[in-house]
Amino acid sequence: MSSRNSILDSLRQNVPPLAPLPAPINGINGIRYADPIKQFEETLTVAGGTLVRATAPQDLASALANIEVYASAAKVASLVPGIPSRNVDLSAIEDPHDLEGIDVAIIPGKFGVAENAAVWIPGETLTPHRAIFVITQHLILVVPASEIVDNLHQAYERIHWSPNSFGIFISGPSKTADIEQSLVIGAHGARSCTVILL
Amino acid sequence: MIGHAEKSAAFVANEDRAHWHDQSLWFVRAKRDRQASAIPEWEALREAASAIKTHTLSRLADYLEEFERKAIANGIQVHWARDAAEHNAIVHQILAGHGVTHLVKSKSMLTEECHLNPYLESHGIEVTDTDLGERIVQLRKEPPSHIVMPAIHLKREEIGELFHIELGTEKGASDPKYLTEAARGHLRSKFMGAQAGLTGVNFAVAETGGVVVCTNEGNADMGASLPRLHIACMGIEKLIPRARDLSVFLRLLARSGTGQPITGYTSHFNGPVRGGEMHVVIVDNGRSRILGQETFRRSLGCIRCGACMNTCPVYRRSGGYSYGYTVPGPIGSILAPQRDPEKYASLPFASSLCGSCTDVCPVKIDLHHQLLAFRKVLVDLKAVPLQKRLSMAVMGFVLSHPSLYRIGGGLMRAIVPRLPRSLVYGPWNPWGIQRELPPMPQESFRDLIQKEPS
Repeated sequence: MSSRNSILDSLRQNVPPLAPLPAPINGINGIRYADPIKQFEETLTVAGGTLVRATAPQDLASALANIEVYASAAKVASLVPGIPSRNVDLSAIEDPHDLEGIDVAIIPGKFGVAENAAVWIPGETLTPHRAIFVITQHLILVVPASEIVDNLHQAYERIHWSPNSFGIFISGPSKTADIEQSLVIGAHGARSCTVILL
Repeated sequence: MIGHAEKSAAFVANEDRAHWHDQSLWFVRAKRDRQASAIPEWEALREAASAIKTHTLSRLADYLEEFERKAIANGIQVHWARDAAEHNAIVHQILAGHGVTHLVKSKSMLTEECHLNPYLESHGIEVTDTDLGERIVQLRKEPPSHIVMPAIHLKREEIGELFHIELGTEKGASDPKYLTEAARGHLRSKFMGAQAGLTGVNFAVAETGGVVVCTNEGNADMGASLPRLHIACMGIEKLIPRARDLSVFLRLLARSGTGQPITGYTSHFNGPVRGGEMHVVIVDNGRSRILGQETFRRSLGCIRCGACMNTCPVYRRSGGYSYGYTVPGPIGSILAPQRDPEKYASLPFASSLCGSCTDVCPVKIDLHHQLLAFRKVLVDLKAVPLQKRLSMAVMGFVLSHPSLYRIGGGLMRAIVPRLPRSLVYGPWNPWGIQRELPPMPQESFRDLIQKEPS
């Protein structure tokens, strides 16, 4: 017998009585905030990130210019329409290893979650190289201010799953506390994470 | 067989260090409490998580089949392994088929359980653990001492010395920021040179045929997105039915484990990277047998957050290595003897049964009840030392005969205070190794009560 069938047989022999499947988020009244953006900002700060509030899309360029890592970056890869890349031609990169050396990546986020400062990035946003968000030295996420939900239950209601896809929640920069529980920002991925709300 | 008490002796002997370890973990436990109390619906979340896991386990074979079907439709190649040996052989076969000589791994307790690293290394493949804590213990040729914080037992000076020897950092440097930066550079070169990445799995979703991996460092994403080959290894119990169920578990996982509202990166892999391959290896390795045991099956609901370790007074004061198993602490003390009751017979006794583990468990596993129940199993199996079994039998007899209990108590009160210390605290009294008997009262509680005016 194949291992597959032997495992499934063993599971069926040992199966407990059927227990009902609760309805999703059954009985859970997910937390709501009086000011979700304020909550998002506070949580992001604790997670090591920074929030920038730009009032309108046309303010994006000036908001970016005020971000030190962007202003001083030699190589900028932008996936946000209207914001140009700098010294990087993403369409010319075949092998994701060639993304190494990018200083700043600017990536649009679909929505943010106030309770945990997570920003949802669907995989198709990252085309053609999904590694861009983690290999870059610094990360700037651009999220519509109208798209901040309170909690993760609302967040998952919004996600559409297509076959063979990728998607990620990013909450702040890369970090570790593996040495004596002291928090260090910039483990493998981005050394900083700035979220710009439009 | 060397048990938990013997293994923890050296750890306990260094009082300062044991205290430091205790405080480090209590700090994490306190962070968890702050997070949990900030969520008014916390208990409803735990209820929901428990119910979803109980349901999934009652239909696990069906959900695994659904997961496999959807995963294949996503372009993922699915493999099944009955045990650790088969798991290791499958992973090696995939790597060998692609001519992989350098593999980067993110955290996977399953591959620790299967001892994958030494197996691959014996076949000439260089394996690099990329989680910082895991890399530290890998360089020290040690296993992780905690499932979420693998190097929690080490001080910064020890890591500084290790990095000085292995990575060429400055002698005597122990600043965590400096050491982390050195590891970042070292591991980035490993990421750039690896032909394959292996990750664990936090959750596998039957509905989407994809897997979810949570890290703070981003190492799983480096490993799964740079090389063209991604292998994800999962135990059969990682499955949940629907993508929306993730909201329940992700709200609980990091809050319970490290006291964060969510991990930095929560990646949903529903297919291979562009132009690459993704494989999922589904492993049983004794889990289906646990499913058949009514008393212990709820232990399969564990999401490996580590909260029960952080809160356990025994784990905090004895360290992860005292358990001698991949997963230490309360949950490990239930999982390990399932695998080998003789070898791990002491673990269910490495608990005060205070119930703190059960209180913090995000999926409401009745941990301390299971620890107690396992003691009975072990006594029935005669896996417990004769001395313990005999004293239990004597106590059982005395406690079920009230007159004998009264006479025995009276004799003890009369005789014990007159005995020389060497006789009371001899090697036949392991209870007294680090404890003192209270002073013997003149009268029993019963005597006192009878004197009270009614």
